[in-house]
Amino acid sequence: MSTTWIILGGSSAMARAFARAVARQGGSVLLAGRDMDDLAATAADCRLRGAPLAEAVAFDARDPSGFGPILERLAALEGEVSAAVFTGSMPPQAEIDADPALIEGVLADSFTGPARFLQALAPMIEDRGRGTVVGVGSVAGDRGRLGNYVYGAAKAAFHTYLAGLRNRLGRSGGHVVTVKPGFVDTAMTWGLPGMFLVAAPDAVAASILRAVRRRRNVIYTPGFWLLIMLIIRHVPEPIFKKLKI
Amino acid sequence: MRWKTAEISGWGRAIRARTDLARPERQRDLAALAAEGPACGMRRSYGDAALNAGGRAVEMTRLDRMLSFDAETGLLEVEAGARIGEIAAALAPGGWLPAVMPGTGFATVGGCIGMDVHGKNHHGDGSFGQHVAALTLATPDGPRRITPRTEPELFRATIGGLGQTGIIASAELQLTPKASDVIMVTERRVEDFDEHVATLEAAQATYVVGWIDATARGRSLGRGIVEEGETGRGLVPKRGKARRVPLDAPGWALSAPVVRVFNELYYLRVPAAGRTLVKPIGDFFFPLDRIHDWNRLYGKRGFHQFQCVLPLGCLAELRAIVEAVATSGLASPLAVLKRMGPGRAGHLSFPMEGWTLAVDFPNRTAAAPLIRRLIGKTVEAGGRIYFAKDSLADPAQMAAMYPELDDWRRIVDAADPERRMTTDLVRRLALRGAA
Repeated sequence: MSTTWIILGGSSAMARAFARAVARQGGSVLLAGRDMDDLAATAADCRLRGAPLAEAVAFDARDPSGFGPILERLAALEGEVSAAVFTGSMPPQAEIDADPALIEGVLADSFTGPARFLQALAPMIEDRGRGTVVGVGSVAGDRGRLGNYVYGAAKAAFHTYLAGLRNRLGRSGGHVVTVKPGFVDTAMTWGLPGMFLVAAPDAVAASILRAVRRRRNVIYTPGFWLLIMLIIRHVPEPIFKKLKI
Repeated sequence: MRWKTAEISGWGRAIRARTDLARPERQRDLAALAAEGPACGMRRSYGDAALNAGGRAVEMTRLDRMLSFDAETGLLEVEAGARIGEIAAALAPGGWLPAVMPGTGFATVGGCIGMDVHGKNHHGDGSFGQHVAALTLATPDGPRRITPRTEPELFRATIGGLGQTGIIASAELQLTPKASDVIMVTERRVEDFDEHVATLEAAQATYVVGWIDATARGRSLGRGIVEEGETGRGLVPKRGKARRVPLDAPGWALSAPVVRVFNELYYLRVPAAGRTLVKPIGDFFFPLDRIHDWNRLYGKRGFHQFQCVLPLGCLAELRAIVEAVATSGLASPLAVLKRMGPGRAGHLSFPMEGWTLAVDFPNRTAAAPLIRRLIGKTVEAGGRIYFAKDSLADPAQMAAMYPELDDWRRIVDAADPERRMTTDLVRRLALRGAA
């Protein structure tokens, strides 16, 4: 039986690459986000690349009251339902410093919005006895640092949530993959200073699908970020607090 | 939209330019960028066609989706940043192919339109622009759809128009119905120039191209291998894995003795009696795409490609050009000869009925003077050189090669009066008039 992926944050470059990779393998996609014209274009592209079903659905991480119709649409589909979360926002830390109210939006996009959606989806995965949740976190969530610690905190919360959800869904045949990308070549990183070893979204999408197939728990992508973060996580706090990285 | 300052180059890497690039990911971002500068895509043009030194450009590679396809009529609507090879890979299993495909599948739809590219079927099926049913230009007020019927002049000036009428956002392409799981390719040795030309002239196949040993001289001058291909149904043979050239090759990698030995082996690879092979279609249409970054084989100085087309009757002139290349000892293994048909769709389209020759030259000191001499011979013969390949021609040569230049200029100046779309190539050749 076929798999349908609900893809939250479907307009992002990583999500688009992931949706196409799913389509090429014959899977179906529901692309969820706010820019309906853009999502409709990606959906059409996915159909032409082999997706039996590809639709755009309205989703705003900051407005959980709108989640109902998506969940109903998913409930009506037969076969396996899986979810991939690509939502997130990273305003410059300086803007957050100037306006702390921005923190709520960052948390909603990167953590509370997707968590509320997944919380409502979890029973469906449990009932059907299969399905995977892919949660895209960030290496920024591994340690708080000067440049983006609010974004990092939201991603850290999401990592912890995903670990708990994995613990829960594993009991009924479901699975959760936590993905921690390093620098990916997207609109978010385009033109930012200090970028290095930037990965292509297609490569990240391929590594996510490989992790889903192998039922990996936590992956860094590209893989060398595991080593980089191993070092960064182990720098003692008295030293780390003085670093500007 | 954030701008990224980058040093970019064309595929030949001989000319570089610092340019500020924006890279929109959604159509709605395009309106705000429509007047900022010219579009660029995968930068597969060899020279400076995609460069805008000290200025801005809009990189279209993320707007690469297929928007709709009518399986009855074969009409595909697609964003301009989509790559031809991706379209072929997605739609060939359903029995459709882009009507014209250039020699690399990495070229974008926008680039194929802006250069009115041709393929191995030009003699029968014409140029890329002849299969464009409509296109959409980005403007600050939103997308503007034009067709050959609604805006014949602007449409014609956009095809082969080097991006000067504005950023192409999307296009509607008439695909061609073809059973194309695989391609049957017949390869035949041709022993000299006369046989080469005669074989190309007599070829009946849909796809025809000649590889020319540009180092062979004397009796063997112009020898090579003629390939003829027809697509068909069948089991697809396994495609080899793509490889990447990891670093710039040293200068001797493509020195004259190495190229001579390589060409000899390449020529002898095909049995004297010829042979027929079944290949995955990508291997035939885009033979070099499996070697990513193959331009690095030419080292860090890069390379130039010379491509001309000469009128049908100019065989003596063509032979003289091949001879000049062969005796120079500068050619690389990449050299192609093809019989072109008359098909072209824009004022500045390259094709004319006749013979087109393309040769790569490593960017050594002697290469530029040789290419300039070849361009001179081309102009004398009433031929043309190809904007997608050129980096060395001068403005005075343009009017003779492109007689419709004045018409084009008038239409383009109306579409882009402030000349925001100009590129390094357009300025170098003064295509839009003196600066």
